[in-house]
Formats: sequence, C-alpha cells, structure tokens
Amino acid sequence: MSVIQVIQDQCTGCTLCVKVCPYGAIAMKDQLAVIDLHRCTLCGACVEKCPVQAIALTLERKPIEGMQDYQGIWVYAECRQGEIQPVVYELLGAGQRLARARQVPLSAVLLGGIGIGGHAVHLFQRGADRVYVAESEQLDVFQDEVYSNILVRLIREHKPEIVLAGATSMGRSLIPRAAVQLGTGLTADCTGLEIDAGTGHLLQTRPAFGGNIMATILCENHRPQMATVRHKVMAEAIADETRTSGEIIQVLINDKDRISRTAVEEIVHDVEETVNIMEADVIVAGGRGLKVPENFKLIKDLAGALNGAVAASRAAVDAGWIDYAHQVGQTGKTVKPKIYFAVGISGAIQHLVGMSSSDTIIAVNKDPNAPIFQSADYGLVGDLFEIVPELIKRFQSLR
Amino acid sequence: MNLIVCVKQVPNTTEVRIDPKTNTLIREGIDSILNPFDAYALEEAVQIKEQHGGTVTALTMGPPQAEQVLREAISVGADKAVLLSDPAFAGADTLATSYTLARAIRKLGDFQLILCGKQAIDGDTAQVGPGIAVHLDLPQVIFVRRIRDISGTELVAERMTETGFEAVRAKLPALVTVVKDINQPRLPSLRGKMTAAKAEIPVWTVKDLDLESGRIGLQGSPTWVRKVFSPQPRSGGRRFEGEPTAVVDEFIRTLKEDGML
Ligand SMILES: Cc1cc2nc3c(=O)[nH]c(=O)nc-3n(C[C@H](O)[C@H](O)[C@H](O)COP(=O)(O)OP(=O)(O)OC[C@H]3O[C@@H](n4cnc5c(N)ncnc54)[C@H](O)[C@@H]3O)c2cc1C
Ligand SMILES: Nc1ncnc2c1ncn2[C@@H]1O[C@H](COP(=O)(O)O)[C@@H](O)[C@H]1O
Repeated sequence: MSVIQVIQDQCTGCTLCVKVCPYGAIAMKDQLAVIDLHRCTLCGACVEKCPVQAIALTLERKPIEGMQDYQGIWVYAECRQGEIQPVVYELLGAGQRLARARQVPLSAVLLGGIGIGGHAVHLFQRGADRVYVAESEQLDVFQDEVYSNILVRLIREHKPEIVLAGATSMGRSLIPRAAVQLGTGLTADCTGLEIDAGTGHLLQTRPAFGGNIMATILCENHRPQMATVRHKVMAEAIADETRTSGEIIQVLINDKDRISRTAVEEIVHDVEETVNIMEADVIVAGGRGLKVPENFKLIKDLAGALNGAVAASRAAVDAGWIDYAHQVGQTGKTVKPKIYFAVGISGAIQHLVGMSSSDTIIAVNKDPNAPIFQSADYGLVGDLFEIVPELIKRFQSLR
Repeated sequence: MNLIVCVKQVPNTTEVRIDPKTNTLIREGIDSILNPFDAYALEEAVQIKEQHGGTVTALTMGPPQAEQVLREAISVGADKAVLLSDPAFAGADTLATSYTLARAIRKLGDFQLILCGKQAIDGDTAQVGPGIAVHLDLPQVIFVRRIRDISGTELVAERMTETGFEAVRAKLPALVTVVKDINQPRLPSLRGKMTAAKAEIPVWTVKDLDLESGRIGLQGSPTWVRKVFSPQPRSGGRRFEGEPTAVVDEFIRTLKEDGML
C-alpha cells in the first residue's frame, strides 16, 4: 500500500484536489482522482482541501525517543571578524517570541576567538537568558567541521527544542552540516516562525518555487527543530540596556572538536561598503528599462539625491551594467529598506522575493500592467527618462 | 580523477504562477529544466577532467523523466550517468535526499570530488550538498566561485562570503557546491548530443542500494510540508498616471501628506 491513497468510495469527483496540487500530480480518471506517485511529493495540500476526506496520507511516524527532554530556544550568535552579525539580534527578536509562547528560556551560542565572550552582554540586552561561550584561537576563523562539531556536541548535551541561525554564507554552510549530523530537520530561509498553539510544534513558513508559493513546514517528530532566517526578514529585538547579566556557560573544547580537513588560507574583502544594500535605509534599483549602461547614471543620481544605495534586477546585472553584488532577488540579496525605488523593473517574482518586505515600495514603469505595481505602495506610470530626472530635481531641492 | 556531479531536474520556476481567480498554481506548459546552478557544477567537473584526466559521473534522484537532465549532462561532457528512481524515494526532504544520494555515491566507488550546485531553484535550500558531505564524512567547501588549484590529494577553492571571499584548502575526497561566477557552461556539441541520445542510463531503485528503509522518502524525512498557499499581495497601493510633471507633483504631494517627506 502506498502512503497516499484516494479512497475511491468516498471520492465525489469534485476536482478540488486536482486544482490545489502544486505539483500537477493528480488527474481525473473515470470521475475519480488518481495520484501520480512519481510527481507527488506527499505535501498533503490535497488531503487538506478534500471536502469529503477521500484522500488518506498514512505514515508511520514516531516521535524520537526522549523528545520531551528537548527544551528551550537557541540562537546561533554568528560572529564575523569578532563582531556579532546584525541578523543575530533579529533572531533574538524571533527567539523571544517563541520562548514566551513555549514558556522556556532563550539561549545564545557564541563561538569565536579569544575575547568573543565579551559579547555576551549584548546578547543578554537583547533578551538571551543564557549564553554558551566557546572561545579559542582555533575558532578565530570559521571552519565548518570544527564549528559544527562543537555545536552538535552542545545540542546533544543540552537538548534545545528549537535552534535558529542566520541564512548567511556561514549559516548556510554550518547549519545544514549540524542538522544532518543530528539527524534532524532543517528549514532554510524562513520568513515566518510561529508556535502551533495546539501542539507546541514550530510552524516554519518559507517561500518555495522562487517565491511563487509559500509553504509551511513542520518538523514534528524530531528535535531540535532547526531553521535559518535571512538578514532583515525578522524585526530586531530591542536592546534593554539595564539587562546586562545572565547565565554564562563556558564550553570546553576537546581535541576531537579541533579536527578539520579544511584550512582557511586567505580572507578577502572586496565588496565596497557602498554596495552593502543589505544595510541601506533607502535603495534605488534599476532594471532593463534603462536600456543602455550609460543610463544607469540616472539610478545613481536618484540614489545620490536620496542618500540611498544602488541596486539592480538580474536583467541589469546580466547585461553587465552593474556588479552582481548589487543584485536583489532570489539569486541575489534580500533587502528590507525603509524605501525601495524600483525603476524600469517589471517585478518578476524572482525579483519580488528579494525586496517585497521593504517598508515602502515605489515603482516607476511605463507599462501600467507591469506586475511591480501590484507590490507598490506608490506606482508612477510613465517614461522613466522623463520621470526620474524630475524626481532627482525635486528631491535635491528638498534636501 | 573521478568526479561526481549531483544534478536535479526542476520546474522552470519563472513560469510557475498563481491563478489570481482560483488561487491555485497554473501548471499548463511548465517545462522541466536542469537546475541552473547544476550546469556550473557540471562544467567545472568537465574542465577538471579535461585538465587532469579521469571521469565525470552525473547522478540524479527523481522521477523517470529526470533521465532527461542526465542526457543533458552527457551532452556537455559527463562520461556516465545514473538515475535513482523509485516511488519509495518520493517525499524526501533534504535529509533523506542527501542520504540516498550518498548511498548511491558509495556504490559508485572511488572518487576524489563531488560537485553540487549552490541550490536547487524549486526549494532553494542549499542543504543537500552539505548533507551528502556529512553522510560520507567528507570536508566541504560551500558556495565556491573559483577552484584555484586541484591535485590528487587537495584543492584550494575560493568560497563566496557576504563581503568578498575566503580561500580554503581542503583535503580530498571532498564536496564543493558552486555559484554561477565559477565558469561559463558550454553548449552541447553535435557529437555530444549524439552520444547523449545513445547513452545507456542505468536506473537504480531501492533494491540496488544498501539503504535503511526508515531513512528514505517521506518516512526518512523529519520535515514535511504542512500546507502551501500564495503570497499575500500588497494592498492599498496608489497610482499616479498622466503627464510626467503632473505625476511627479502629485506623487511628492502624497508623500508629504503621508508624512514620508
Ligand atoms: C532561477 C532564476 C533566478 C532569478 N533570480 C533573479 C534575481 O535574483 N533578481 C532578479 O531581479 N531577477 C531574477 N531572475 C530574473 C527574473 O525572472 C526577471 O527576468 C528579471 O527580474 C527581469 O528584470 P527587469 O525587471 O529589469 O527586466 P524586464 O522584465 O525586461 O522589465 C523591464 C521593465 O522596464 C519597463 N520599461 C522599459 N522602458 C521603460 C521606460 N522608458 N520607462 C519606464 N519603464 C520602462 C518595462 O515596462 C518593463 O516592465 C531570476 C530568474 C530565474 C530563472
Ligand atoms: N534529487 C536530487 N538529485 C541529485 N542532486 C540533487 C537533488 N537534490 C539536490 N541535489 C543537489 O544539491 C544541490 C542543492 O540542492 P537543494 O539543497 O535542494 O537546494 C543541487 O544543486 C544539486 O546539485
């Protein structure tokens, strides 16, 4: 028997399941639903939609042993060049909410070179009750194996129910490794994290198919439940300057932890500060509508007038008008500025996923049907070559 | 040098859309493609082979039609390909997928380097590569933008970071995942296409692999999708149309009204 089945006596042939299946795996045959198991990913969308409970998803799933022993929320406090990364404060914001919902403590894990423990106070101020500190010369630079050995050992020992980390280049290298070592589930790039009031499980929501659909993912029977979150997706925990202490747990590092088959030989920073669109409050982004490279100056001038940073759609990057470091979207960066100007950008879904959580979106496009207008708070319909110079003039005079 | 490239067939997500009326996914005419990032992994493997000799094996887990991407791999220089296909693999999350792929790689035998794409565009998780590395107990270098140097026992690769890159030396065998800056994938030659069309592609099922049944497919997947829904569109947006200066006038006035200026 297969894990998913149509109970033929119950199926009324209403076709709702066919419509709801994101993978095109259900078809009607003789007015009954038939599931193509090669396409089905067992996502259960049809099971939920079926008005007559005619689709059964049966699975023997048992919770891991000792699941109840897993308690508390952990945040991986990523440091780079000895500095706590801003995403950590955002994770602590989310962590506080989850800890409150579960009525458990919030802890942070700090791994790094000598002196890293000094950051513990910042973590307490942002809501951590407990900080695990592993300080060692060998932890000065990030190494997948060493870091994940320590993190995995700590998780096995202290059994948190939830572990959150930034979806950064470090997080996306370290956390998948740790999750697989632990044999548990990991959900990447979450945009929503909630506790299911009924079951206490973590509901992890994230975009899939390049943002065309959202999926809520559950890790019901394994612990810890692990998730990564991109920078700027969650609201930062507010610092409480008076909250300067908490429990510090020093982690001893053993010889086995130190084994690494990789070595970092050189660290190069070649992305200029001005490119750091992930931190900017105002972003002006240009797309294919600018036609030729020279016109990209319009975007730079508008950004200049607004004291903002310059970004671009993939089309503009692929055309070679501007560096990849400026690309916003699925294969570029996720940004969340106060104001996002999209100029000559159509608003393809792959672009939208990178900027749709901006506070205010302003679009300039000559095509009144461009999809970007559906995401825009202010939509300026018209020729950018006429509108943008006018905008630059006005904003300059306002400064 | 024996190189293994993991490739995945994915729906062309640019075409995946939600029907605004029925609020369901429009699927008609959506074609399946080779995951774009995997094309870079393949090209890199083929370039390494051209310099140092050896073989390139392309591996995928998927439905029978996923064979298509393996033929594509052969057309651009892979020597061999294996398809892992069995309904029992369905519903696999990244843990079960990486476990299954790792078992197949073990069966393939001696290798020095496994290459994966940075991520697959349907799920965008970037977890399968590191997962394979752990299952096979290998070192990993994730998000590689250049392989500076490779010998039979070591490689030095540049790994992309937020602010630049890190050069990492890794002992072989190892696993790398690659980003698109790494190379320019070639187009298949006519001869490549002919070889690909004729190639015999073995299909391995559950029976062909040494697997623990509880660790594959949905059964072996700690995470599962509880529901899918379409993203909320932003509502209440305002539009400014007409003569350009009037558009800008009206826009600036509204910004002021809204307290934005
Ligand atoms: C796997 C994958 C990943 C991707 N990742 C990304 C990503 O990370 N980021 C990204 O941006 N894209 C990404 N894309 C590409 C995406 O699908 C679009 O192709 C791209 O965003 C389009 O860029 P654009 O809006 O600049 O160009 P177009 O879609 O060509 O739009 C140009 C717009 O300019 C307007 N215009 C033209 N002339 C004028 C004028 N004179 N005045 C005003 N308006 C004008 C047009 O009406 C049009 O709406 C990805 C695609 C795939 C398949
Ligand atoms: N089913 C699969 N078969 C073969 N390779 C895969 C499969 N799924 C993922 N991969 C590889 O893992 C990479 C990352 O995929 P993902 O973790 O799904 O984003 C891809 O670029 C592929 O190289």
